[in-house]
Parts: sequence; structure tokens; C-alpha cells
Amino acid sequence: MSYLAPTKIADAIDYLGARQATIIAGCTDYFPARQPHQIFDPLLDITRLEGFRGISETENAWRLGAATTWTDLIKAPLPTGFDGLKLAAREVGSVQIQNRGTLAGNICNASPAADGIPPLLALDAQVEITGKEGTRILALGAFIKGARDIALGPAELVSAILIPKQVAQSQSAFLKLGSRTHLVISIAMVAVCLELSGKRITSARVAVGSCSPMARRLPELERFLAGKAAIDITAAGFDAEEHFAPLSPITDVRGSAEYRLDAVPELCRRAVFQAMAAA
Amino acid sequence: MDGHHVHSNVSFVLDGRAVTAEARPGLRLSEALREQLGARDVKIGCNAGDCGACSVMLGGEVVCACLVTLQQAEGMTVDTLAGLRQCDPTVQRLEQSFQDHGAAQCGICTPGMMVSALALLRENQSPSETEIEDALGGVLCRCTGYRKIIDAVGNVPGAVELDGAVGTALRKLDGAAKVAGSEAFGDDVAPVGTLEILLIRSPYPRARFRFEGLDAWTAAMPGIEAVLTAGDIPGKNCFGVIPAFADQPVFAETVARFKGEAVAAVIAAPEVIRGLDPDSFPVEWTELTPVETCQAAQAEDAPLVHEGRVGNVMCGGLVTCGDPEAALATADVVVEASYRTGFVEHAYIEPEAGFAEMVGDRVEVHACTQAPVMDLEALEDILAMDRSRIRVIPTAVGGGFGAKLDITMQPYLALGALKTGKPVRICYSRAESMQSSTKRHPSEITLKIGAMQDGRICGFDFYGAFNTGAYASWGPTVATRVPVHASGPYKIADYRAQSEGIHTNCPPAGAFRGFGVPQAAIAQETLFDLLAEKLGLDALEFRISNALDDGMTTVCGQVFDQGVGAKACLQALRDAWRRETAESAGFNDAQDGPARRGVGIAAGWYGCGNTSLPNPSTIRAGLRADGTVVLHQGAMDIGQGANTVIPQIFATALGVPVAALSLQGADTDITPDAGKTSASRQTFVSGNAARLCGAALRRLILRRANAPEHAVLCFGDGVVTITDDGQSHVIDLSTLPPGDLGYVLEASETYDPPTKPLDQNGQGAPYAQFGYAAQLAVVEVDIALGTVRPIKFVAAHDVGKAINPLLVEGQVHGGITQGLGMALMEEYLPGRTENLHDYLIPTIGDVPPIETLILEVPDAHGPYGAKGLGEHVLIPTAPALVSAIYRATGVWVRDMPVTPSKLRRAIKEAQNG
Repeated sequence: MSYLAPTKIADAIDYLGARQATIIAGCTDYFPARQPHQIFDPLLDITRLEGFRGISETENAWRLGAATTWTDLIKAPLPTGFDGLKLAAREVGSVQIQNRGTLAGNICNASPAADGIPPLLALDAQVEITGKEGTRILALGAFIKGARDIALGPAELVSAILIPKQVAQSQSAFLKLGSRTHLVISIAMVAVCLELSGKRITSARVAVGSCSPMARRLPELERFLAGKAAIDITAAGFDAEEHFAPLSPITDVRGSAEYRLDAVPELCRRAVFQAMAAA
Repeated sequence: MDGHHVHSNVSFVLDGRAVTAEARPGLRLSEALREQLGARDVKIGCNAGDCGACSVMLGGEVVCACLVTLQQAEGMTVDTLAGLRQCDPTVQRLEQSFQDHGAAQCGICTPGMMVSALALLRENQSPSETEIEDALGGVLCRCTGYRKIIDAVGNVPGAVELDGAVGTALRKLDGAAKVAGSEAFGDDVAPVGTLEILLIRSPYPRARFRFEGLDAWTAAMPGIEAVLTAGDIPGKNCFGVIPAFADQPVFAETVARFKGEAVAAVIAAPEVIRGLDPDSFPVEWTELTPVETCQAAQAEDAPLVHEGRVGNVMCGGLVTCGDPEAALATADVVVEASYRTGFVEHAYIEPEAGFAEMVGDRVEVHACTQAPVMDLEALEDILAMDRSRIRVIPTAVGGGFGAKLDITMQPYLALGALKTGKPVRICYSRAESMQSSTKRHPSEITLKIGAMQDGRICGFDFYGAFNTGAYASWGPTVATRVPVHASGPYKIADYRAQSEGIHTNCPPAGAFRGFGVPQAAIAQETLFDLLAEKLGLDALEFRISNALDDGMTTVCGQVFDQGVGAKACLQALRDAWRRETAESAGFNDAQDGPARRGVGIAAGWYGCGNTSLPNPSTIRAGLRADGTVVLHQGAMDIGQGANTVIPQIFATALGVPVAALSLQGADTDITPDAGKTSASRQTFVSGNAARLCGAALRRLILRRANAPEHAVLCFGDGVVTITDDGQSHVIDLSTLPPGDLGYVLEASETYDPPTKPLDQNGQGAPYAQFGYAAQLAVVEVDIALGTVRPIKFVAAHDVGKAINPLLVEGQVHGGITQGLGMALMEEYLPGRTENLHDYLIPTIGDVPPIETLILEVPDAHGPYGAKGLGEHVLIPTAPALVSAIYRATGVWVRDMPVTPSKLRRAIKEAQNG
């Protein structure tokens, strides 16, 4: 059998290079997706790699190691830009899931309904990828190519998620819409990061999940919000169709496409006001 | 490589002791704990992190053990409930408070709940309700409705009386094992290493199939002990709970009629089964066009699901009295609407599981069930074996709610043990359980009701089509029960209610708490609201003025001259109705945001026991020479409390404290048939048998001393002391000859409720008693998003006599929670929602506070006046919620469940229209 839980990154890369190993950490997506006969080796368990678990500060960024769990994030003292991400973390499954699941696993699983992706997109997150040649960095929006499709080479692994320092100072919010209170896959979710000058938005980043094959930023809405104070934001102006053009929701067991398109502007507006109110 | 390369053995500290387990690729910690290390207190409900039953502490953090590889535990500490309770005073406190509050019903989720609660209490010793909900949100419970769990974790004092006489809130007698994690459920009985059974199931809703080279495939696969198909069935390849409609094969023979239907079984050692891809099994499928809705099944050229059932109609039911057409024509106001409900999944946390072995020439089946004797009778036919050679020993049942009335895995177990001569086990995966177990019937109902200006109901015409799926199961019962109950607990002189059960290529729809009545109640109760509104009458007073009372005639022509509690239940809601309506109006007036509140009420009734059919229960008891009173109690406890209520009734009748009893059963070798746990019949029917049995044994004893009826019995060491008026008489039991069962005195009594058949118009006496209910729901709707948050329930239930008020509340809470799920979130879509993250049941955060008003309008037939309750509890819930949503939003949603998508669309249509 082949199951490697290395402590040295070089060993992990060698192992990946030598065989088509599946990378696992919290296994909160790995196990549910497989029937017993579909669980094969080799497996590469990254949870014991040195420096992979925990949140640290570099000169320009906050670095979330790839084995950092949702609970690690919730418990870490972090600037206001992370508030939205923390709210998302608290709504990931349950405490049991938050204790095991990792942020990096969430982006690598690349579900259209991944709770972590909208707030990370709103934080301009970058993905640090380590391979034989060293590390490379990709914007999260480029790393996720589509539903369950990521830009990761065969002998590479995600080693960290990076959040630019200045973004981390923004005001943030997160809203998840689901049919019950806990353990729920969202019908839609919205993450917002705002830079404010007094009561006025100087720049906004808004991302929506569960309404397209991968979570999307809403650049037109962000442009609309820039320079506005709360009092300037009318429902009619905010809800303009072009602001939500990147979304292409489907009808599934959780909700109809029509409903998602109807609910998203309302959620976005509430999230924007929530972030402004937090300032 | 200097990495931490885990080899085949993993060492860690389990419950304080160093252990080593053997790893293999992808072995889950949960499986290693249960199958290698004896930790069967770790329960598996879904293997996907959706239910939390397998929660353990890993390195001090609560995790789902099913989502951890064994290797990840290397060098860590792992603590399970069984270990934690040995040393942690907080767990010991939780064990007591869970029992005091009845926070464990079936007990399958309890280890997960308690471990999660401990994780919270270690960080926060006085958590708020919200903190408790957040901490326990990852553990699903299908029985309790969670409120008692919140109270138990929050250390709310529980009021528990311990003598156990009828009327006292005795703790569950089987509760200690449930909170200790030592209760053995269906998958907890088999020895480690037992051969496993894997079922090969149809991937299509309708398909012809044949096996290709089965012998060659079997020969080429190392380690397979046996392959079973229809040809291996010695008796009839057919079962069904209603003999006249029995139509379901153990293994489909040439055509599979629903997705998930079993066609073959493979029996092999666990490691062989684990590696087996069911898709590699040599079966060739030819997919056929299925019919999946009543409409499709009734189209002119629709294929027949069963030859001979014309138009795919299984059967129908009719109740009619008076002249409904004429009455509707003369009514001052007539309302009419159509309603739709979907499949609802029972979603007990324990999937179907069991173990079987040969003991001599007998086959013994240990499995979770609601109906051990019916299981035995079905096996008799399937195995073509005399019943004396079959023993059914029910395990603890991790929730049933109706779906464990039908046999599921029992024949595979018995056939497997007979074929291999070795012990065998099976545990359905969550997907298998959801695909193949029975469901609540989807319904398409049209209803027209008339009323006169003074508020009197004048004409009622109901038609309901019920999608009964591929096989009959309890469909005929639904077809019969619905027309009897569709009136609700009201006086309706001119009435017609017709039902039809329609076959489709869906999973069999069967029994689910209420047998179709909850679906009908949504239509009837919400149209009553509409009628009251059109008449300008108060919705509650309108109901009270039409409610049945003693001496009135039901729609079946039955007259109860006593025991009718419908009015009492409705009247009990008057205060709450006024208060909550005013409060919600005040809330709405003060709102400038999207939140709107509304209050809804609904009533319900339910006949206890089988409809116009015999359903006897027998209870036996005996006195041993050593003075022990042994109660043979075969009424299956599926979490509801028969193991407690039946002894309470028996002990009261005998005149001893419950603690004086020694309990046995259920087991078809040692307990007489107490019937099935369904139809809200155990407290009523088996309770009566227990009362009669207790009284009979008491008479036998008193007779020996010529003592009067009111004498006091005391059972001691080899003697019975009978005290009357200061005089004692001692019977030396050693002087009495023991009978065949080893008892010096014994009694066995049977009770069968008196009913009369229904004629072609549904006129007769279907039940000896009904129970009655009325509930009030308060909701808050976010009208911009269409989301609904229940705020409060007030539930008035006439139980005749609360044998155990703690368990009554438990039933009310659990039933309301299932009704809430049906109303707001639950719909099983075959092939699409076969897990507990796509099929949503309420979590701990979804259930608001519930105020239970226990009413006791005694029933002459019930033991000490008691009536059944188990199903009544969810009948009013969905209509109360739907009408509360109407009062909050002004829109009626008539398509269940009321999801945010549906409600928001209706609100928008109303705004635009």
C-alpha cells in the first residue's frame, strides 16, 4: 500500500512525481465523493508537512498554509478584511467539518458552491503552488479554471493561499443563502470587501458563489459601488442587470435559476451595507 | 525518503490506552475504530460528514471519524463516548441530563451529540442556546426535534419522577445504554470479520436485465463465498405487508421496476466486498422508458408497472356520506384548490442493518425492525421454512418512522446464512437506504369545500392521487386511511373523499408517520382558513364551531359517545392564538425591513390501530420462584418509548413499582406477538394487553391469599407479601410448581380493538379510538428572499391519559420537526437526492421552542384512558406552517415543500399581479 504523510515538501513532490497520487488533507470532500471500491492508493497526506498548517505574516501578504483548517482561521486574530472569510468559515458544514477541512482543499475541490472561494476572490487571494522547479503564484481566479477544474500540474501541490496585506485591511462581509441553518450547501452566497474613506466606498470587490460554474467577481457592480456612500445606493441602480452579467445560474435541487438571479442582488446589497456598517 | 511514511500499522491512544490498528488505503478512522478496536459506540450514519453520528475527539477536537484516514490518527489521541464517560465528569453530567430530558429517543445520534456537546462545554461552561446550536449543528437527529437536547446540554433542570406509575415522567428504561453508547443497533451485533453481503442494484428506474456468465465471473473472483439471485430463493420470491397486494420480489427476476432495486447479492469477506465495484457485476441492462409520476403512469399508452393492474392503479379508497354535490351547490361560499406534495424520506440516522447466523438448523436474524413477527412471517414464505426454524431478534432500532415496517435486508441475511452456513452481515450505505427504502407518498390532491354564511361546513369533495411507486407496500393502507381522515376532526354531513394509489417506477411509497393523512391535512386545513376568511370568521373559532364532539357522527358514520377531544385541543390554543396574532401584527407594524411574521393554526385527528382490521397484541408475564416478575414485552421500541410505557402500564396494573420488573424482549422466541409498531397503536393496543396481563397476574396472586382487590403486593426473595388493612399474607413461591417457562404463576393477555368493516361507501367503525391534535405555528418570512424561519410552536394534544408526560413531549417535538421538514425543506427526488446533503432534514438550528399542552380527555377503550400519539404529532404541523406563511406574506403555497424558490416566486407574482 502507498500512503505518504511526509514532513518534508521535497518528499511530497518526489512522491507526486513518481505516481499519480491523490492529495488529501481534511478529507471532507475526498471521502464523500467516493464509494468504497473507489478509494485507491496512492494518497499523499499533506497535513504533516512542515510549515503547512497555520497563518503567518510576510512583508506583503498574509500566508495561509495549505493545511490550515477553517477552525485555525476562525481562531486566528486577523484584520477586518478577513471577517467575511471567517463568517464563511463558520458556515462551512459544521464544527466537525471546520476542524478538519482546509481552505486550500476547498479551492482545490473547486466546487461551484465552495464556501471559501467567494470571500477569497473578494480578498484578491493568490495561490502559491509548489513543484519540482520551486514555487509559482497564481491569482485565485486563474487557478480555478471551472467547475472542479484547477490549474495544478501533475507533480505540483498548493502550498499556501496568500492575501495581499493592503486588502486585508478592508471591510468585509459574507452572506450564505440556504434552506436550513447548519450543514447546508448554499443556494447562493455573496462576499464583499470594501475600502472606505469615511462613509464612502473607494473600491469594492464583490464575489458570488453557487451561481455559475465557478464563483465570480462582479466587476460592473464593483465599478458602480466605487465612490458611493450608502445613501447613494438605490435598489434600482444597484440591481441593474449588467452588474450581474457574469452569473449563469442553473436550476438544481437547491433552487431555481430564476430564484438565484432574483436573490443575488438583494444578498449583495445586504452584504455591502453590512460591510459598511462594520466600519 | 525521510518523510513520515506510514506503513501498515498505525499507533495512537484510544480512550486512554495505546492501540495499534492495521491500515490500508483509504481506511476511515471510523471503520478502524468499530471493526478493529471494538469501539462500536462510534455510529455510522452516512459516511460523508453529513450526520455527525460518528463524532469523536481527535487530538481534543471533535471530528467526524468517517472523514479521517486511519493514518491521520498516528500518534494522536482519539476519544470516543465510551472512553470519555469513564473519566470526564461533564460527560457523566450529560448522561444524566440527557435521560432526565428524554434527549435520547432512539439513541443512534446520541454518542455524536454528547461528544459534540463535550467539545463545546470544555471551552464554554455556560453556553447560550445559539452557541449550543452552533456546536451541535453538525449532528442530525431525526427523533427528538432537538429541543430536549438543547435543554440537556444547557443543564436546564429536568423534572423527573422515578416511581414509574402511569402518569409519571419516568426516564426511559432503556435510556442508560443509549447515553453510554453501549446500545447495540443493527450494525453493532456482528462479530468482527463476519462475511458481508453486497447487493447489486438496478442503476435505472426501469430496465430489463440478464446475467452474463455469472458462474465464470464468480469463479474468477477470488474470495467470493456465494452469489445469490432470484433462483436461489427456496420459497416465494415475493413479499408485501398486505397479503392481498404482495408484489415485491426479494430479487427482481427479469425487469427492475425502480432505481436501486436489488437483482443479486454477493457474499464475501469484508476485504473482498470493499474492493468490489458493483458495476463490474456481470449483468446486462436494457434501459426501458420509466413512468415516474401519476400523470405519466395514467397516460393512455403508459407501460404497466405490474401486469394486471390496469391503468397502473393499485387500488383506491372511498368514504362518502350525505350528498356532497347537492350541498356544494347550495353552499354560500365554496373554495377549491389543488395541492402537491413530494416523496419524503424517513432519514433515520441508522441505515438498514443486521446480522444472521445458523444456530443448529435454525436461522437467527438480528436486525433493526418495527415488526419482528411480520418479518418472521415474510421469511417463512421466502425461505419455505417452518416458522419454528426462524428466529427474529430485533436489535435496537435507530429510528423507523414507518419504513422499518417492511422487510428490507432480512431476506438477504437469512438466505446468506442458509447458503453459506456461516454468519453474515449487511449494512446499507446511505445511498442504498435512500434508494430502496419506502417513502412518504407524493400526492396530488384537489379539494372543494363549501360553507354556509353561519360557518357550518356544507359539502366536501376530495380526490387524492398517491404515487405508490413500484410496489404496493403500505399503499393500500394510505388509500384507505386518507378518505377516512380527510375531513379532519370536524362534523361534515355531506362528504366524499376518494383516493387512488398509482404505480410508478419510483421507490415504493409506504408507511411514514401518518399514512397519507398529513398530505390530506395540508389541503383540508389550509382551505378551512380560506373559507373562514371568505366568511369573515376567525380561523380558530370557525374550526371550533365545526369540530367533532361526543355524540356526533363522523364521515364514516361512526359515533363516539365519549373521548372526543377535538374541541378541547382547539380551545386550548385560544390564548396563544390571540396573543401571538397580536404580537405578530405588532412586529409587522414596526418593520421597515423585509421580515414579516405570521401565525397559523391547524388541527388533526388520527385513528389508532389498524383500519377495520384485527390487530391484536399479546403481552405475557410470569413470576419466578425467586420472586422476580418478568415482563415479556414484544412491542418494538424504535425510540418512541414502548420499552418504558408498556412496563409502566403493566406495573401499575399489577400494583408494583416499575423497578420491580425484569424486562425481556423483543425476540420472537421469547415474546408473544405485540404486533407492529405503527398506526400509533402500541400504547393503546399493546398497552391494553399489558394492563390486562398485569391485572390477570395480580388476580392470580390475590386469589391465592383470598385478598381483596385493593391489597398491596410486595415481591421479595422467594415470596410475595400481600398486605391488606395491616394484615399480611406471605406466599412462599418455592411451594408452587414452575410451569413450562419456569414461572410459578404466569399470565398472558391479548387485546384487539373493536372495529367494524367499512362498506362500499366507507361507512362503518374503522377505529375504536381517535386521538386529536391542534397546533399553532409562528413564522418569520424574509419576503425579499422567500426564506422562512419558524419562531415558535404551541401544540395541544389530547392523549386521553399521558402514561408518561416526558415521552409525550418527546413525540410532540419529534413529530413537529418532521412536519416542519416536510413543509419547508424535504423532497426526495429519485436519483438526485440520495444523500443527506442534497436531501435536507431539519438541523438543531431549524427548530424553534415548542410549548406542549397535554390534554387528557379519557378514552373508554384506552389503557387508563390513553390514546395513541405517534402520528398525530405531525399531522397539523405542515398546514399550520403553510397558513402562518400565508398570514406573513399574503400568499398560499400549495406545492410542498415551501422552498425559498417557490415562496419568493409566489410573493413576486402576488406583488406583480
